[in-house]
Amino acid sequence: MHIKASKGYNVFRIINTIVMILVVFITLYPFIYLIAQSFSSDVAVAAGKVTFFPVDFTTATYKYLLKDNKFFRYYGNTILYSALGTVLSVAFTALLAYPLSKEKLRLNKFFTPFVVFTMYFTGGLIPNYILVTQWLHMGNTIWAVVLPGAISTFNLLLMKSFFAGLPETLEEAASIDGLGVYGIFLKIVLPLSKPIIATMSLFYLVGMWNEWFGPFLYLDDDALKPIALWVRQLVEGANSVDVGSTAEASSVQATLKSATMVLTSLPIICVYPFVQKYFVQGMTMGAVKG
Amino acid sequence: MAKDKSKKLKPAKTKQESLLHHVRKEWKLYTFLILPILYYVIFKYVPVIGNIIAFRRYKGGPNILGQDWVGFRYFEQFLKDTNFWNAFWNTLRLSIGYLLVRFPATLIFALLINEIRKTWWKKTVQTISYLPHFISLVVVCGMVKEVLSSTGPVNSLLSSFGMEKIAFMSEPGWFDFIYIASGIWQALGWGTILYLTAMTNINTELYEAAGIDGAGKFKQAIHVTIPGILPTIMTLLIMDIGNIITASNMQKILLLYNPMTQSKADIIDTLVYRMGIAGGNFSYAAAVGLFSAVIGLVLVTTANTLSKKFTETSLW
Repeated sequence: MHIKASKGYNVFRIINTIVMILVVFITLYPFIYLIAQSFSSDVAVAAGKVTFFPVDFTTATYKYLLKDNKFFRYYGNTILYSALGTVLSVAFTALLAYPLSKEKLRLNKFFTPFVVFTMYFTGGLIPNYILVTQWLHMGNTIWAVVLPGAISTFNLLLMKSFFAGLPETLEEAASIDGLGVYGIFLKIVLPLSKPIIATMSLFYLVGMWNEWFGPFLYLDDDALKPIALWVRQLVEGANSVDVGSTAEASSVQATLKSATMVLTSLPIICVYPFVQKYFVQGMTMGAVKG
Repeated sequence: MAKDKSKKLKPAKTKQESLLHHVRKEWKLYTFLILPILYYVIFKYVPVIGNIIAFRRYKGGPNILGQDWVGFRYFEQFLKDTNFWNAFWNTLRLSIGYLLVRFPATLIFALLINEIRKTWWKKTVQTISYLPHFISLVVVCGMVKEVLSSTGPVNSLLSSFGMEKIAFMSEPGWFDFIYIASGIWQALGWGTILYLTAMTNINTELYEAAGIDGAGKFKQAIHVTIPGILPTIMTLLIMDIGNIITASNMQKILLLYNPMTQSKADIIDTLVYRMGIAGGNFSYAAAVGLFSAVIGLVLVTTANTLSKKFTETSLW
């Protein structure tokens, strides 16, 4: 390793650095562009004057958004769906993963393939839609958003392999101490499983925060929509009439899209650097265990 | 009873115990399964059974299994439908095109990241390049539209070079590029994770030995790194091929396409959405959906069998 680097390798390293800088730039540019737009005047944005930095710097768009009840309602809905969805999903996933991780349970020979099969063959869009709207009558309710995707089988298998890796002796000792099956799960297994619970929560939380398709299919009621759906409507221009109904609103029409997109992504961008390692771990764990 | 305890130590012998006795003994653990399995039955298996409406007439309403049998009528209908074939070829073209660009790009990017020597810079590149994976698809597609709009930076750049502006979002000819490029933007960094993990598992002595034999860094990458991650490459490739129909990104296309680009952008899943949910032809759409799900299953199964054979890794 200490052999003098060749001239060709030095050239390569310079090129490599340039490539990396390019990738970093291309990755970040759309964010920079959105942020710059959101702090620019509506006129400058509509004229296409913004590229890197805000033009005619103003916080008018954000001021408008912070006064907009609608924005808060959508944002609040997203928070509510994300919180409820995450709790529900993690609980369901843990409840199923724990017994499936027990080799002594003989019926797992049936249940494991029963669950895994759904990774490769799903009912598809139409039967799901009919089930939720026509049979369960969950249209326009929060349940249509949080229930259909409550368990991700991929996450389930991750959690199962984590549980399977816990030392059996601890549970046996607790059993001898008189703890029942439920007590062992609550007092021994769950406290030991904080890392996987954190990972699962993050996986579900980000998924739920970004979710738009379920709400798009099942929520017609404006009051129930999450922020992602609102972003879609802004981008599609479907609500331009709605947005431009007041003089103040029409003065931020062009910048409203970018500001809403920035605020939608902000929590993720802020939290992401600190939790990135959990995602990476989850990803590699999934690959190893298959 | 003492005999029973000695049996417990040998799990092989517990097999002789009757199933009923086993369930009675472990029933508390089995109670954990009740709610989640009920979930799987309702939300995963009922829709599988619900596909029966592909063979029955269903015009909406609570009788979710449809009114009467029509056999393969809906299948015959869509197989004669030019919209279906258009969507079918679009699905293949977009998925294969995306795979052909993404797969080598990810591999090369991983190799390049692996060559970064400064830890802080490597970490920075990784953190930033993973970020788009976590951004909502709605925002990603919003960004695409903003960046490519007639007043956006790309068109500003074009006109500053004296070129004509391009209406990216409404020209069918640009759809493939937009679909693939935005996919790469989102997936490039995240896709390197498994390669980078595999690379850290390569024995460093191999590099030292290659170095002593006179192999430069480039040769080391070819002769040590790539063979070291070959199983990962093969597994990912086979899985990607298996997923070619099912992984087509319907949600992204729904967010990006419009009537002007539909001829090039419509895929099987978006056709299913339009026919079924927007158009109310549930049975017809279910037949199309079932058709593509079966092809998807066949592809994944074949891919998995191949993977088992050649790389000794498989999904099940």
